[in-house]
Amino acid sequence: MSYDFPDKKGHFGPYGGQFVAETLMEPLRELEAAYLRLKDDPAFLAEFDADLRDYVGRPSPLYPARRLTQRWGGAEIWLKREDLNHTGAHKINNTIGQALLAKHLGKKRIIAETGAGQHGVASATIAARLGLQCVVYMGAEDVQRQSPNVFRMKLLGAEVRPVHSGTKTLKDAMNEALRDWVTNVDDTFYVIGTVAGPHPYPMLVRDFQAVIGREVIVQSQEKFGGLPDALVACVGGGSNAIGLFHPFIAHENVAMYGVEAGGRGVDTPDHAAPLTAGRPGILHGNRTYIMADENGQILGTHSISAGLDYPGVGPEHSWLKDSGRVSYVSATDDEALAAFHELTRAEGIIPALESSHAIAYAKKLAPRLGAGKRIVVNLSGRGDKDIFTIARLEGITLT
Amino acid sequence: MNSSRLAARFERLRAAGRKALIPYITAGDPQPDVTVGLMHALVRGGADVIELGVPFSDPMADGPTIQLACERALKYGTGLWQILDMVAEFRRSDADTPVVLMGYLNPVEMRGLEAFAARARAAGVDGVLLVDLAVEEAPDYLPTLRAHGLDCIFLLAPTSPPARIEAIAREASGYLYYVSLKGVTGAATLDVASVAAKVAEIRRHTGLPVAVGFGIRDAASARAVGGVADGVVVGSALVAEIERLQERPQELPAVLQEKLAALRTALDSLGPDAAQR
Repeated sequence: MSYDFPDKKGHFGPYGGQFVAETLMEPLRELEAAYLRLKDDPAFLAEFDADLRDYVGRPSPLYPARRLTQRWGGAEIWLKREDLNHTGAHKINNTIGQALLAKHLGKKRIIAETGAGQHGVASATIAARLGLQCVVYMGAEDVQRQSPNVFRMKLLGAEVRPVHSGTKTLKDAMNEALRDWVTNVDDTFYVIGTVAGPHPYPMLVRDFQAVIGREVIVQSQEKFGGLPDALVACVGGGSNAIGLFHPFIAHENVAMYGVEAGGRGVDTPDHAAPLTAGRPGILHGNRTYIMADENGQILGTHSISAGLDYPGVGPEHSWLKDSGRVSYVSATDDEALAAFHELTRAEGIIPALESSHAIAYAKKLAPRLGAGKRIVVNLSGRGDKDIFTIARLEGITLT
Repeated sequence: MNSSRLAARFERLRAAGRKALIPYITAGDPQPDVTVGLMHALVRGGADVIELGVPFSDPMADGPTIQLACERALKYGTGLWQILDMVAEFRRSDADTPVVLMGYLNPVEMRGLEAFAARARAAGVDGVLLVDLAVEEAPDYLPTLRAHGLDCIFLLAPTSPPARIEAIAREASGYLYYVSLKGVTGAATLDVASVAAKVAEIRRHTGLPVAVGFGIRDAASARAVGGVADGVVVGSALVAEIERLQERPQELPAVLQEKLAALRTALDSLGPDAAQR
């Protein structure tokens, strides 16, 4: 299978593209030109790789979860430990890459949107290290829900601007970041946190995250002398999933599963699963599956996990869904919570609520695939940030 | 070829040496049943073309004033088909004033481009300005819109280089909308000298009329921009009045008419000699 997406105009089949107001078109062209110039430049890649090694701590381990495997009775479970990265999630891979681009473009100020705060923290972190000014837009609801991350960003020197428009969550933070960018386009670099947004973002964020899948190819050869039979990753915007999946697309014997946030059930209005229960439309600069009503208004979403609480998804996932290469499924809030506790108790690893959705689906998949097969689950982030949410659900007050 | 209501309107303005006054309001703001009345009030106040906004939940190119207008309209569920009904009602007593729908792509995508274009034309819409439709993506849209006789208005920006201006001017019809500044709607820092320079550059690429919007809020700014362009678009300044009087919508027609009339007077004071073409 030959796979060479996106095309020159940033399309993944009918998805992707550039749907933004005219003011941003030339800055996007400049960004694309800079990226195409640098992406194969040995000096740029060496700088990126050195940062991933010495600052992030890559490669992240591929860990055999033997007790989970034993409990679930079936395929072996291997965890790709993105939770061990500096700042605690895969998000830093991308912010390092984009911050290097910002530096090459001579931009002194970066802006970012964030939902759970992980991308905001990763952006603030790299801004601190490179001495860049950093403004993070965050829905006012999320500022309330994720106060530890808000404080982290402030400690790192970033300014966190709460967004009060719309549903006061991630999508509104992205709108506000786009408004900032259009206003300050001369000196500002917009660090998008996922594989969504207008071209070239879905491509370049994917490329920066693809280190995850490339490492898994090498590590699985080392650890079990072959490729895994299946990959599982959670999908909000979809950057950790595409990072794991992309290097495997040509390996057709490797099955891939993207797990969306099923919330209270994809047959209710309270979920964040556009690939499972949405339809194609246009949001935030690209055509992709979204959650919208018949008048085209974007619907509010629900997930226990703020990082998956987004009504769209990266356009490459839409294409991979339609082409059948990746299966998109969902896990509910309750399933994710159960998986959160199960992994914590069985392996001594507290996962992010986002990643818990992937764990929940792996639990269903393992017995189905059966013994002798191997599943790699992307443990995209650690759960320290979520202990307040978990405590609240259990009626415990933390101070 | 130029048989559209928009082309005819700009032709007449040009012949008379007058500048186009193009007000924007969001359909359904502050409530759906006042929109048609406001459109007529804008015409009485001197509107040459009406830009009628289609509210969207995620208006990423708009500043706070129009964001709030969208939220007010969406509280009533103001949708695309309902807005076309408003235009049809407006047309029953105004056959002359061109109406341009301005908004984002997703509402059109969800209803389907062909169905939208056919119904828009039947309702009496003259043109569409889809804010997030870049010219690169336009080949999927323009043939259908044109087939239904709809003019396609495009934005140009301070960041548009010559090659883009040329590509956009080639696809556009009706008029071109030059965004006067880097920013969102309702921003306040308009630099007339740089607008003049860019409009002159645009005119080297096209004979289409050039209207300028973003940052025009009063008679002085309308007059200044009118001196260098073919028309001015005023949006947030009107929408701010709607916001102020949202609880007293019965006062709105007179207030908007008066506000627009002041801009009309300012533009007309430029006289025919201002048409420096």
